Amino acid sequence: MKPAPFGYARAATLDDVFSLLAEHGDDAKIIAGGQSLMATLNMRLSEPEILIDINRIDGLAGIEDTGDTIRIGAMTRHVDVEESHLVATHAPMIAAAMEHIAHPAIRNRGTFGGSIAFADPAAELPACAVALEATMHVAGKGGTRDIAATDFFKGLYETAVGEGEILTAVSVPKIAAGWKSGFMELARRHGDYAIMGLCAHLQFDGAKFGDTRLIFFNAGDRPVSAPQTAALLNGQSWSGELSEKLSASLKEELDPPDDLNADGPMRKHLAGVLVKRTLAPLAGA
Amino acid sequence: MNDIIAKDTGRWILDRPNSYIGRSVPRPNAPRLAEGKGTFVDDIELKRMVHAAFVRSPYAHAQINGIDTTAAKAMPGVVAVVTPQEMAEICTPWVGVLTHLEGLKSAPQYPLPLDAARWQGEAIVAVVANSRAEAEDAAALVEIDWEVLPVVVDAEKALDTDTPVIHESLGDNLAWRRNADFGDVDAAYADADHVIEDTFIFGRHTGVCLETRGLVADYESSEDQLTVWHNNQCPHMIQNILATHFGLEEHRVRVITRDVGGSFGIKVHTFPDEVTAVGLSIMLKRPVKYIADRLESFTSDIHARDHRVKGKIAIKADGTITAFEIDDLTGVGPYSMYPRTSAIEANQVVNMIGGPYLFENYRAEANVVYQNKAMMCQYRAVGHPIKCAVTEGLVDQAARKVGMDPVAFRQKNFHADDSYPKKSAQGMPFENLSHEECMTKMLAAMDYEALKADRAAKRDQGIYRGIGFASFIEVTNPSAMFYGVGGARISAQDGATLRLDAKGNVFVSTGATEQGQGMEAVISQVAATAVGVKPERLKIITGDTEHTPYGGGTWGSRAAGIGGEAVAQAGRQLRIQILAAAAAMLQEDADTLDIREGVVVDDDTGNERIGLDEIGRICYYRPDTLPDGFQAELVATKHYVPRKFPFAFTNGAQASYLEVDTDTGFIKLLNHWCVEDCGTVINPLLVDEQIRGGVVQGLGGALWEECLYDDQGQMLNANMADYLVPMAAELPDIVCGHATSPTSDSDLGAKGAGEAGTCGAPAAVMNALNDALSPFEAKLTGMPFTPKKVLTALGKI
Repeated sequence: MKPAPFGYARAATLDDVFSLLAEHGDDAKIIAGGQSLMATLNMRLSEPEILIDINRIDGLAGIEDTGDTIRIGAMTRHVDVEESHLVATHAPMIAAAMEHIAHPAIRNRGTFGGSIAFADPAAELPACAVALEATMHVAGKGGTRDIAATDFFKGLYETAVGEGEILTAVSVPKIAAGWKSGFMELARRHGDYAIMGLCAHLQFDGAKFGDTRLIFFNAGDRPVSAPQTAALLNGQSWSGELSEKLSASLKEELDPPDDLNADGPMRKHLAGVLVKRTLAPLAGA
Repeated sequence: MNDIIAKDTGRWILDRPNSYIGRSVPRPNAPRLAEGKGTFVDDIELKRMVHAAFVRSPYAHAQINGIDTTAAKAMPGVVAVVTPQEMAEICTPWVGVLTHLEGLKSAPQYPLPLDAARWQGEAIVAVVANSRAEAEDAAALVEIDWEVLPVVVDAEKALDTDTPVIHESLGDNLAWRRNADFGDVDAAYADADHVIEDTFIFGRHTGVCLETRGLVADYESSEDQLTVWHNNQCPHMIQNILATHFGLEEHRVRVITRDVGGSFGIKVHTFPDEVTAVGLSIMLKRPVKYIADRLESFTSDIHARDHRVKGKIAIKADGTITAFEIDDLTGVGPYSMYPRTSAIEANQVVNMIGGPYLFENYRAEANVVYQNKAMMCQYRAVGHPIKCAVTEGLVDQAARKVGMDPVAFRQKNFHADDSYPKKSAQGMPFENLSHEECMTKMLAAMDYEALKADRAAKRDQGIYRGIGFASFIEVTNPSAMFYGVGGARISAQDGATLRLDAKGNVFVSTGATEQGQGMEAVISQVAATAVGVKPERLKIITGDTEHTPYGGGTWGSRAAGIGGEAVAQAGRQLRIQILAAAAAMLQEDADTLDIREGVVVDDDTGNERIGLDEIGRICYYRPDTLPDGFQAELVATKHYVPRKFPFAFTNGAQASYLEVDTDTGFIKLLNHWCVEDCGTVINPLLVDEQIRGGVVQGLGGALWEECLYDDQGQMLNANMADYLVPMAAELPDIVCGHATSPTSDSDLGAKGAGEAGTCGAPAAVMNALNDALSPFEAKLTGMPFTPKKVLTALGKI
């Protein structure tokens, strides 16, 4: 469990990163908190030629209120997100997700942007970003661009971050009046990747559901949206009958994979349970 | 709930003034470990030391047609690349059999296999380099010409005629078969009102030690001296094995086991990679370090359990048990482990089914078969969780059949506390057990009636909670009947040497070893009490074949009961010898003197006469002042081995209270109780830690831990992310209590406490789970009880 030899460069500025990326291309990997990358290096699942360390670049960490959104710098440690009053107030879904991301020691080092950019389909934050319709800020030599979260996750560990680019921040719209967020995951041990999880972002008109987003994680190769099922909620109040309908719809709509902890049919079943348990309390039921 | 032994027990060691027995004395080694200053194997750095890594088989079964080491040898930092043939030139193979397990057969096992790999992860080629990283870099370049062979994975099919035979020389894949027949089972069935049968599955799991296996071997050719710093549990056993297979004299092999970061039975075996690493040092005549990394540990540490047991119980309508029968099948990997063998777990299952209960008719068959998976051997509570869950699972089903409360059913069938000594149905001698007392104490601690009320109230709310019980017996303090009679050079006896220094301090050398379980604290309490000094006056020396008396080390819950007794005896002897010197100095009769807190006193009044520091000073520096003809002897050695009983059986009861989420299949452990009887409790805090730690490992097997293999013999979850060890967030409080039935086989009366927790926890959880699911007529008997299995049993998926 020793990594293959690799080079190391500490970037002082984003321009350093762009130059190094230009020089090394696919042979370079960016290291932020290292909580996923170091394990893959030690297991020799990945053998990059060089690591580009972005820990010392000024301005990449921090959480700020920009008016309509809160902007979370890519290098913001999980622990700082977890303890952020801004996040708790304006993005309660993310606040609720934080304690499920591994363990405190890992959250002390791991970064918000690292988790998004790594794009593990079983991870919490990519699903939150999609459910909240966050905007990803990406920078490259040619300038910066914004990518909608829904367009950002392209597949297993695959994102829309292009060659020579780096994720610098994520802007999360503040939760609007009349909206509620729900987060729930089912993990065999606290801190493990969940067998499956749900990020729900819902608009309410009194007791009735309005616009609804249901995003599942560990349900496919990226955060998985269930728009058909979500549409069933529109204009409805919570009821046992509705719950059954949602469960049945999810079995049609989702196509989750098999792994050591669960197979597809079990995940489909759990999707219904997650929706019931997340939505019923939000609906006051 | 703790009952600590009172005075006036009639046991000198317990009745000593200023006794430390029964007190929660802190561990003397705790500050050092807490400060991160322990000396684990990987902390050892020697000059000229090089590092070993292994090329391991990617296949579960494959012939080795050739090995090309050219590219690996050319890599930077590489010192040597060693093939199986080269290693076989300096190390003889071993065969893991014991003569008292009649019929057990195994094939010769070489440190590196000559002809074929027989499990995925088996070490094939050793690479030595200046750093472990360089060794790994080079290992990736060793080319092995593999010819993949058909695999034997499923134990159920291992004996089928169309299944390939793993070792042609053995003729078939049967390692060992045992049949046992006591009383008349068929007559009992004919006479029974109910015969209940079920099949129980125990997943293969492993002991995940915080410190992985490892060693530093240093062969000094000028002295023909081999020194091995090893995190093994049994330094003398390893000394013998290394000497035997490398053709060295035993006094030329020194094994040192300093701090060990957990062992649980994992570090008590002859691992081929470890032997190879020692061989590399002999070949290279320089120190070699080998530390198994976490990934290779999962496929090269021993695994355990992996049993399928078909069990039957016969009962009368009034709930009287009349017979048990089992058919046990276990797959143990491709070899029987050396020197303890891989048949002991099945043997323990056969020997201990039905342990707490009075019945006379018993029949068993156990088949131990070879397969292409990692090797299996003894892990904490060998066979115990299996025999306990089978017994207690059947008992619960029987109680339900006759409409009895599970506790009442057990109480009706227990061996009565006043019925000892006696023998079990299998002929196992029980000296003194306390099933009734343990159950009574546990019921009080858990408030059974209140729990039942809570269970009922919650069920009305659609919340499914269950209460599960497990009574059990446990083998501890093994005598030579365990391994020695079968020809294994594993010491059942243990020795202790105590030496008074010139300042009145005492050096204590013991053959028992510290694994992080607090053995040093126990040894210090016994020594302090037996001699009459404060524990801070002691220096405990363990784990060094050059400086400790010959002993068995730590296994089978023996360190306190056997190692501790040797210390008690040696401590008393040293006290007698010190008092002889004091008597000579004071012109008194030694019988009128005692030693208390490091001072010789008048026994009757406690008046202080002379300090041990003064005795040390006079004996070592001014012996000329002692009477003519008197020679002080300030070193005492004693040895001890249980002789009256082959083992000290202990017993106990456990209970689990849990809640099943019937929508998700998740099980939430709410509370857990264990009341056990390990005889004399030397250190209540450490005993409770042993119980709790043991319960946690039992819970691991019940709910999370399983080595998952595919049909090609590939382990699928050989990493800490996918192999689920129990973690704190999911664990309940574990309430501990004790009954106290000391063994008469020793003065201390201590039995073992290390395995009781692991023994009973899975059964208690299984029974609680099935109690919770009883409204659904769903039943689970296959561990670990995963959400998927629960949902499947409930028909939800």
